[in-house]
Amino acid sequence: MTREFLDQIFIHGKQYLLSFTAGAPGWLVQIISSLLNIGALLGVFLTLFALISVLERKILGRIQNRYGPNRVGPFGLLQPAADGIKLLIKEDVVPLRADKVVHFLAPLMMVFPAILALGVIPYGRNMTAFAIDGGILFFFAVGSTAELAVFMAGWGSNNKFSMLGAMRAIAQMVSYELPLIITVLPVVMIVGSLSPDAIVAAQGGYAHGLIPRWFVFTPWGGTAFILFFVSGFVESNRTPFDVPEGESEIVAGHMTEYSGFKYATFFMAEYFGMFAISGLAVTLFLGGWQAPFGLLQFIPSYVWFFAKLSAILFVFIWIRGTLPRTRVDQVMNFAWKFMLPMAFTCILAAAVWHYQSHGLIGWFGSFAVIAAAYFVLSRVLDTGKKFAPRTYRFAE
Amino acid sequence: MSSVAFVAIGILTLAAALAAASLSKLIHAALSLAVAFVGVAAFYFLLGAEFVGLVQVFVYVGAVAVLIVFTILLTRRESGSPARFKWTGALVACAIFAGLLVAIFKTKLPAAPAPPLAPLTVKHIGDSLMTSYVWPLQCVGLVLTAALIGAMILVMEEKRP
Repeated sequence: MTREFLDQIFIHGKQYLLSFTAGAPGWLVQIISSLLNIGALLGVFLTLFALISVLERKILGRIQNRYGPNRVGPFGLLQPAADGIKLLIKEDVVPLRADKVVHFLAPLMMVFPAILALGVIPYGRNMTAFAIDGGILFFFAVGSTAELAVFMAGWGSNNKFSMLGAMRAIAQMVSYELPLIITVLPVVMIVGSLSPDAIVAAQGGYAHGLIPRWFVFTPWGGTAFILFFVSGFVESNRTPFDVPEGESEIVAGHMTEYSGFKYATFFMAEYFGMFAISGLAVTLFLGGWQAPFGLLQFIPSYVWFFAKLSAILFVFIWIRGTLPRTRVDQVMNFAWKFMLPMAFTCILAAAVWHYQSHGLIGWFGSFAVIAAAYFVLSRVLDTGKKFAPRTYRFAE
Repeated sequence: MSSVAFVAIGILTLAAALAAASLSKLIHAALSLAVAFVGVAAFYFLLGAEFVGLVQVFVYVGAVAVLIVFTILLTRRESGSPARFKWTGALVACAIFAGLLVAIFKTKLPAAPAPPLAPLTVKHIGDSLMTSYVWPLQCVGLVLTAALIGAMILVMEEKRP
């Protein structure tokens, strides 16, 4: 009983709060209920944003053999508050020739879709803020409006670097949206639903009582997960793929003319986008809020979700600290020539797995399809360049 | 409740559409058009056609609006010359509106409100796309593939002899 209660504690809390509105008309209760959901969502993710921004700098510091922020508060944990105050009291610089309205609206337009996308992810049993039948489609529909916001930022600033950065960002986002969406298709096809709750429910249970039925453990699911993760990396403009704001080339891309709190809003949008993509990856491939072992089911579902989310966010930061930035043409070539064919192969492999009734033969058949496609692609795309340790010649 | 929402969304959509038609800066017009698209999507949601509404946002805001904005980028920036009122444009718009009006008035509306339909799921849409509407689907697929190949050929580098 207590286990059930602990698992549903937030649902009970919301019911309790709603019980105060007993006599109110139906539409008012509906609005209050939605506001409670929105408030909870924003509270949780703003806290996570503050935490992750300081943790990221700590982890990067560890990777680069330095301390990272450690002056404000214990272990530098109050750093986000200091940063926030600093950014709030900064002067708001707007370029003279800028398109003022568009310039002002761009950061807001950037952060809305990211927050909306967070709404459809199931954070625990019965814990979806905005549960609709086409949740996955909703996620990508609102996500696709972010391109318009990037364009508004680039155009509104009336700056060459901003415009170049915006064009790079849009080209990159449009290209990687294809593999991102196509890698979701096999999951949707196997489950037969676009609802995130149904997808999580389909990954419940354990094969042979031990291995969880998460899609990442099937060959097509594993491949799709990696492709989805890489595309998600690009969509959130994180470091190996932060070509749009490559500071060594175009200052800061579409954010060049933004300072103070507007810049902070862009920063927040980037992190919220990262949370949304990671949350969707957890939902689609890593079993959402399902526990990894049957024995561990006594731990509440939302704890599992956020544990998985944190693991993915850590990988995000780890890769940022480890890999150098790619080149523009490399990023685009990779999307169209490798990611897209592999994403289509995932659909085929999922079909093989499905029609062999999800068994062991299907597993190996599916693996063979993926391996064959990978082999062929690696042969076709081989440019024949010989890579050897670089030799340096110095003046004698 | 739903009539209040209808009026609110209607005013927003019409205002955005009007702005799209009358703003002098092309880029502002394109962005207001995107707002109008979102308004239409909100109507679909209000009518219970969730899937169509989402596809409306996906295709029109995510793709068509971005395409329009890109085309504006590639044209020259006009230097503040006020756009003249064009009679031909107004004539075409009025003709289309009249045609739509005729179509609307010729449609026989059911006297009694229709019985509530079973909730339309993605599964139903997929089923009907793959059975009764398979030929239109294939035709659209063919057209899109041809367009994709055409675009590839246009931008392909010519091999030097």
